[in-house]
Amino acid sequence: MKMKGAEILLHCLQKEGVDVIFGYPGGQALPIYDALYDSPIQHILVRHEQGAAHAADGYARASGKTGVCLATSGPGATNLVTGIATAYMDSVPMVVLTGQVGSSFIGTDAFQEADIIGITLPITKHSYMVERTEDVARLVKEAFHIAGTNRPGPVVLDLPRDVMDRVIDFEDNNEEVNIRGYRVMKGVNNGQIIAAAEMINRAERPVIYAGGGIIISGAAVELKEMAEKAKIPVTTTLMGMGAFPGMNYLALGMLGMHGTRYANYAISECDVLIAVGVRFDDRVTAKLEHFAPNASIIHIDIDAAEIGKNVDIDVPIVGDVKEALQALIPRLQSREELSEWHQTISRWKAEFPLRYGKSSEGRIMPQHVIEKIYELTQGEAIITTEVGQHQMWAAQYCQYKNPRTFLTSGGLGTMGYGFPAAIGAKIARPDMTVIDIAGDGSIQMNIQELGTAVQYKVPVIICILNNQYLGMVRQWQGLFYNGRYSYTDMTHQPDFVKLAEAYGAVGMRITRNEDVESALQEALQIKDRPVLMDFWVEREANVYPMVPPGQSLLNMLGGEDNE
Amino acid sequence: MNKHTLAVTVENKPGVLTRVTTLFRRRGYNIDSLTVGTTENPGISRMTIVVEGDDKVIEQVTKQLYKLVDVCKVIDITSERAVDRELVLIKVKADNNVRAEIVQIVDIFRARIVDIGRNSLIIEATGDRGKIDAIEDSFRPFGIIELVRTGKVAMVRGSK
Repeated sequence: MKMKGAEILLHCLQKEGVDVIFGYPGGQALPIYDALYDSPIQHILVRHEQGAAHAADGYARASGKTGVCLATSGPGATNLVTGIATAYMDSVPMVVLTGQVGSSFIGTDAFQEADIIGITLPITKHSYMVERTEDVARLVKEAFHIAGTNRPGPVVLDLPRDVMDRVIDFEDNNEEVNIRGYRVMKGVNNGQIIAAAEMINRAERPVIYAGGGIIISGAAVELKEMAEKAKIPVTTTLMGMGAFPGMNYLALGMLGMHGTRYANYAISECDVLIAVGVRFDDRVTAKLEHFAPNASIIHIDIDAAEIGKNVDIDVPIVGDVKEALQALIPRLQSREELSEWHQTISRWKAEFPLRYGKSSEGRIMPQHVIEKIYELTQGEAIITTEVGQHQMWAAQYCQYKNPRTFLTSGGLGTMGYGFPAAIGAKIARPDMTVIDIAGDGSIQMNIQELGTAVQYKVPVIICILNNQYLGMVRQWQGLFYNGRYSYTDMTHQPDFVKLAEAYGAVGMRITRNEDVESALQEALQIKDRPVLMDFWVEREANVYPMVPPGQSLLNMLGGEDNE
Repeated sequence: MNKHTLAVTVENKPGVLTRVTTLFRRRGYNIDSLTVGTTENPGISRMTIVVEGDDKVIEQVTKQLYKLVDVCKVIDITSERAVDRELVLIKVKADNNVRAEIVQIVDIFRARIVDIGRNSLIIEATGDRGKIDAIEDSFRPFGIIELVRTGKVAMVRGSK
């Protein structure tokens, strides 16, 4: 059949199960947009390409499918970069389509030409410049295969205009993907599984350190089974929220820089640490030499390069987390209780719960808003976040029951991620309530996507915890820079309610504690439009506990008593 | 700090060299030398990379290289029985007074003179790194005008 390159592209995307593309048109993407005009694939027109990348990312994290975004060449493509890096750091499967100038113009500094392959080399799992229309089908297939298997990540397909325009005789012969240097990981080393099981069965003070790999692998059920069978307490990373039910009696909450005291104590005291789908990030380990100093460490991860990267491992297990846990569970002894260890942890939990003080000026405490969100949604909503204090509070004061319900930029720490990601998540899961917990700084980084959410009637709720500061940086300036609040005061800001209304969204301002719950209830009823809630919160509340940079996990500030 | 020699087979495609060097730059690994050329299979190229680092670094380099989709195989041949060779071209000052002496040195190292100028000679030599270093040292007193080394290529001995 005679088909244009762009038509072949869309045909192949459909075959990969793509039902929605987040994108923004432009000159060199014209052939693709022309083909989209007739395609059953839905296209969401964002207001800035960064929004497209984050929305595709949110869609992918919420659904487990590969997200797709599309931009034109040059500035369109470069505007995607932050979104690509965000997805790369958090191992999110994404296929990024970029228009490119025609083949004969490449390398001539043509109008809107940018070397997006070169620019994105260190932040993509792989990338292709599609040079021939004949290669489109094969490379689309390879791109999805690479993006979605093993440790997932973004793959860029750069599409020169003439390659998309050219008509060829196309026959879809459904070739199998065969890439010499890339094999899907199968199986785990049985000897290592036995060694791990023996170590766990002998342990007196075991802890599971659970991360995003469990969610990606779909191993939450196995994790729960393992923890409950062997009665092992579980602490989750920021990326692992939802991998283990937050209300479970074995749950320790988050560990690390803003982890719970009891999680950090448990890590420091444990004799066997079972690290599952994690990468020993510096925000988790704090000072490396003092991380789990008494423990033998088992590390299960699909990415061999993560094993032994930061911490020496006693039992490395390279492979899919789900497969590894399935192999491990039958070898674990069923335990009734680990009385002494569990008692110690219960004592820590009772003595050092997460807590926060009262507002000095009768303002709303930001943590209180998050507690109310949890009370009203009971872990049945998808929560996205921006980056900063509100992000940490969202991890601390909300519990997550299910995988894929907490979407946050953990690795790159991208302000402006949460709102477009919420749009993507809501489109992936229209049945779920989706709430973006935001700060007044972060929300302004992609607030233009209100236009998108209103146009497509995507009823996400934005909860701005508005302290008129870049709060996390202010907190550090307060603690470590003698209170010199250098350029973190954001008192000058728009009227968020009016701004929301100008876009056609619902705007609400909440300034009193007693209105928090009713306002949230009202927002949860709105199903046809986005709602922006502007909570005026305590200006100088800090995130505690906090491990100061360069310290060990035991050196936590705050959270010892009611301050 | 030890020097390790990695034999890396990669897809013979545009951009692969950039992917490898970008990886080294980004992760802060130091390339001592890197050579790349075609192999018996036209679809495959072979890189010989000499990299400095302790065992932990080399392990990371190897694992990170494997993550590149275009990398097929990585072998650390440092401790293998291997043949390694480097080629050097040296343009050395050579007036009539010293030519005989230079020719002698060339003979000793089984090198070759490949070009004769009015006041200079170009010498070509191959050998392992030690030999090439020695050759370089031997010609230095005469005055080296220009020198270029290819970096090392290597192959494991026997039937491996």
